[in-house]
Amino acid sequence: MVIRARDPFATLLGLQRAMDSVMGSDWFGSRTSGSGAFPLLNVLADGDDFVVEAELPGVKKEDLDVQVRGDTLRIQGKKTIAHDDNASIHRRERAAGQFDRTVTLPAEIDSAKVSAEYRDGVLTLRLPRAESAKPRTVNIN
Amino acid sequence: MSSQVAKEVAPHEKRELTQAEERTEAGKFFSPYADIHETERAVVVTMEMPGVAKSSIDIQLDKGVLTVKGTIDSTKYESVRPLYTEYNVGNFVRTFTVSPQVDAAGISAAVADGVLTIELPKAKEALARRIAVS
Repeated sequence: MVIRARDPFATLLGLQRAMDSVMGSDWFGSRTSGSGAFPLLNVLADGDDFVVEAELPGVKKEDLDVQVRGDTLRIQGKKTIAHDDNASIHRRERAAGQFDRTVTLPAEIDSAKVSAEYRDGVLTLRLPRAESAKPRTVNIN
Repeated sequence: MSSQVAKEVAPHEKRELTQAEERTEAGKFFSPYADIHETERAVVVTMEMPGVAKSSIDIQLDKGVLTVKGTIDSTKYESVRPLYTEYNVGNFVRTFTVSPQVDAAGISAAVADGVLTIELPKAKEALARRIAVS
């Protein structure tokens, strides 16, 4: 029988990593709320619509959950990395785990018209502005 | 191997390639994050290349150097303008030195959800053999 001693460094590394991630999170940020800073997002404008993009390579479509309410967008899901249990690891740069991020957009979204596409590891959301949030041209008599 | 410390997903900056050689193509090139595993039969390289379509991946093996290049479709960015950005987009390129003990003819690749998996099978001579004691 093999008795494995707990690696004393693993605990410290875990704590340090957790502290790092808190510092790196945007918990206290004014722009976003939510428990995480992953995934990184790009917000683009296409006419009056917002286009939000996130790179999520290795995340399965069914493991993704996107919610829109008012002017907030929530992206949550999990990323899993599967490999042969008997394989020896030469290099490990990819990370896996759960994520949950909420962002507040600068205008109300028409949640009924939101469309989402997930292709080649990139999530693209098209978020049309609500009618009430669209700028109106005033005719001058 | 399930006892290994699980990494947490955290936002990490993409590694932009510092020019090791002059590129004649326009745009940023990034080095994709990769995992390398070795099993009894093969060496498996897994790379994250988000936004790269299957048809835009180019894999070449020349003189023991495996070059993987992935190009993104930038046409979808033509009609939009950025409001707020946290990451940059660009093409991916990475080279690996391959052991001569790899069976070059048997290399295979597959892509799913922006993750490219390349399997480099070991040549017959390199496979470990168990010798029975008679």
